[in-house]
Amino acid sequence: MDLTCTEEEDAFRARLRRWLGEVLPTLPAKPAVADWPGRRAYDAAWQRMLYDAGYAGLHWPEDAGGQGATPTQHLIFLEETERAGAPYVGANFVGLLHAGPTVATEGTAAQRARWLPPILRGDEIWCQGFSEPDAGSDLAALRTTAVRDGDHYVISGTKLWTSHAEVADWCELLVRTDPDAPRHRGISWLAMPMDAPGVTVRPLRTLAGSAEFAELFLDEVRVPVSHRVGAENDGWRVTMVTLSFERGTAFVGEVVACRRMLGALARTARDNGRWDDAVLRRRLGRLHAEFAALWRLTQWNVSEAAAAARPRGGRPGGGGVPGTGGSVFKLRYSHARQELYDTAAEVLGAGALDADHEWVAGRLSSLSYTIAAGTSQIQRNIVAERILGLPKGR
Amino acid sequence: MDFQLTEDQRALQRATRELLAKRFGPDRLRAAVGDPAPDRALWRELGAAGFFALRLPEEAGGVGLGLPEAVLVLEETGRALLPGPLVACQLLAGVVDGVASGEKIVGLCEGGREPVLWEHPAACEELILVESGTECRDGPGEGAQGRTCGVYRSAAEQVSCAPFASVDPLTPLARVTELPRTEALALDVPRLRREAALLTAAQQLGSAARTVELAVTHAGRREQFGAPVGSFQAVKHLCAQMLVRAEMARYAVYAASVTDGDLDVTGAKLLADEAAVRNARDCVQVHGGMGFTWEADVHLHLKRAWLRAECWGVAGEAEELLAADLIV
Ligand SMILES: Cc1cc2nc3c(=O)[nH]c(=O)nc-3n(C[C@H](O)[C@H](O)[C@H](O)COP(=O)(O)OP(=O)(O)OC[C@H]3O[C@@H](n4cnc5c(N)ncnc54)[C@H](O)[C@@H]3O)c2cc1C
Repeated sequence: MDLTCTEEEDAFRARLRRWLGEVLPTLPAKPAVADWPGRRAYDAAWQRMLYDAGYAGLHWPEDAGGQGATPTQHLIFLEETERAGAPYVGANFVGLLHAGPTVATEGTAAQRARWLPPILRGDEIWCQGFSEPDAGSDLAALRTTAVRDGDHYVISGTKLWTSHAEVADWCELLVRTDPDAPRHRGISWLAMPMDAPGVTVRPLRTLAGSAEFAELFLDEVRVPVSHRVGAENDGWRVTMVTLSFERGTAFVGEVVACRRMLGALARTARDNGRWDDAVLRRRLGRLHAEFAALWRLTQWNVSEAAAAARPRGGRPGGGGVPGTGGSVFKLRYSHARQELYDTAAEVLGAGALDADHEWVAGRLSSLSYTIAAGTSQIQRNIVAERILGLPKGR
Repeated sequence: MDFQLTEDQRALQRATRELLAKRFGPDRLRAAVGDPAPDRALWRELGAAGFFALRLPEEAGGVGLGLPEAVLVLEETGRALLPGPLVACQLLAGVVDGVASGEKIVGLCEGGREPVLWEHPAACEELILVESGTECRDGPGEGAQGRTCGVYRSAAEQVSCAPFASVDPLTPLARVTELPRTEALALDVPRLRREAALLTAAQQLGSAARTVELAVTHAGRREQFGAPVGSFQAVKHLCAQMLVRAEMARYAVYAASVTDGDLDVTGAKLLADEAAVRNARDCVQVHGGMGFTWEADVHLHLKRAWLRAECWGVAGEAEELLAADLIV
């Protein structure tokens, strides 16, 4: 067990710190929360800066356009960018954190060459078209159909809660390619261009008031067969790869952010007198331990993935697909994050009712953490059945 | 950074688990409920295996390993519910003659807490007192600022005790009423406290992980409504939450053993206490009526977990320390 960094890792950290110190002050002001096109442009510009400096797709394999950095370097990157207050991945979330890695792992050379560089440059934004009105937790119940017509699929159906759909260029789409097969068997994973005829995006307002996700109506949308990642009807397996990336590594950087926010919250409490409340103080102290442990869990998971990649002679620095440990992390993290905002509300008192207060937007959106990317109930099923080996329920 | 167990560490973990399974299996555990005095033969065997001398340098006849290894070994004793002042003997090997080899058993108690408790009083040859700041006398140590400032030894027969009925049938306790300080030990008190907390947390972790296994095994076997109860989501989710708690505690404890930092240890103890106590409770629940019987081992885990949670830093103190760190 070793938590110290190598000289090389320390040098990497120092270089990154220096670079962040230079570029962050040059960034324009953040666009308003409701300004989606503005947010897209802002996130894309930041991604471009990362790309130009050689930090894009840091831990992606080199043959996928990445830097082939070690998982530890990636962790250092997340830690340092967050610590420096660099922009969050934002609209690039799906592309960088799970669609891209899925294409890198499962795609053909041509697919990697077509889709990965624009993701890394921030030129193309992806969204995730998995959920449907009648298929959320029970994803295998999805009904959107894709009928083969020559070298195209003709797609019809409805997708729901599609984050960033309004500004996305591509959609990682799950469709049913064989309606007669058992439900998990007839699914395929496609990359659908969002500007294809027949795609209609209807923004949905979230409880936070923002319109960050949408309903997607697909009416005989034609997508080339060559846009399918993985074999036809093998989409469920590919989906599991996507979901493990989504649950495994996608929230890691946020833990650092939470630790920073917790410190800020404690200082606010000290300044406004709430600090004198021992119950509140103790809650803050407990959260301190909680986020520290989540960071240790992350370090363990990352080291484990690195170790697993080594003897199998996997792609250098490619990371590998994260395991079910991601569910353990997501479960605890999503609840801790909600607890953080609820504690913030106690610190702020009536200030927590001021919709313009920066903590309020966070508090509202934190409600989604135990729902999106698989609800806590579903994560508990996964932990119980796949890690603990308990019998499947009926 | 390679935050994984090394091959040697895995081997140590395995060997300890095997030794304890062989020498302190379910039958021995049940026998110990009636007679909780540490098994002297086992104690010597542990000593011979280098269990107590783990961290002593090889020149001093030790194994020359570090805190992470001590944590792994103590975790196993927590799993097995091995009774006895294991943390004390681990910390005082090389300080008090005969402890490293397992010949001598010593107790360690925290002054300043109320009541001052002594674990396994009948079995200890000596009691070592770790003083807290307010009761400091002249002698070694920091004094003023530090929470503690001195460590003193005292022969067991000179300690005055009042009866104290321990909630844990495997850990007899006495309430210390008077402790003549016969000899000062030149020990780094903050470090002693920190390590005691960490090793106690390691035992809590072992217990927390063990109760997950007990719950999962029971839930897979016991049938109701024509199906294993583990197929019911309400039960399944209890088990999943237990694992999550144990895992959080695990990496906090392991990391603290590597950094040896005050706050890391404080946080690890907090989470490990919580994991051990709440997992034991949930484990009782998963066992249903069986869980409420004296025959099931689960209550032994719960009671020991309560006891350890009271030692070397309780939740309230830990939370205050961690909170204070947020605003420095
Ligand atoms: C902010 C946000 C962003 C999202 N972004 C996207 C996106 O970009 N792309 C996309 O495809 N989807 C997205 N989703 C959808 C998300 O993945 C689903 O909402 C989620 O998987 C839950 O499905 P559902 O909403 O249909 O809830 P339901 O499945 O209807 O669940 C309702 C309740 O029942 C519980 N439940 C359901 N099944 C079980 C079970 N087997 N055992 C126990 N309890 C159960 C759930 O836990 C929940 O409490 C997003 C959701 C949110 C909130």
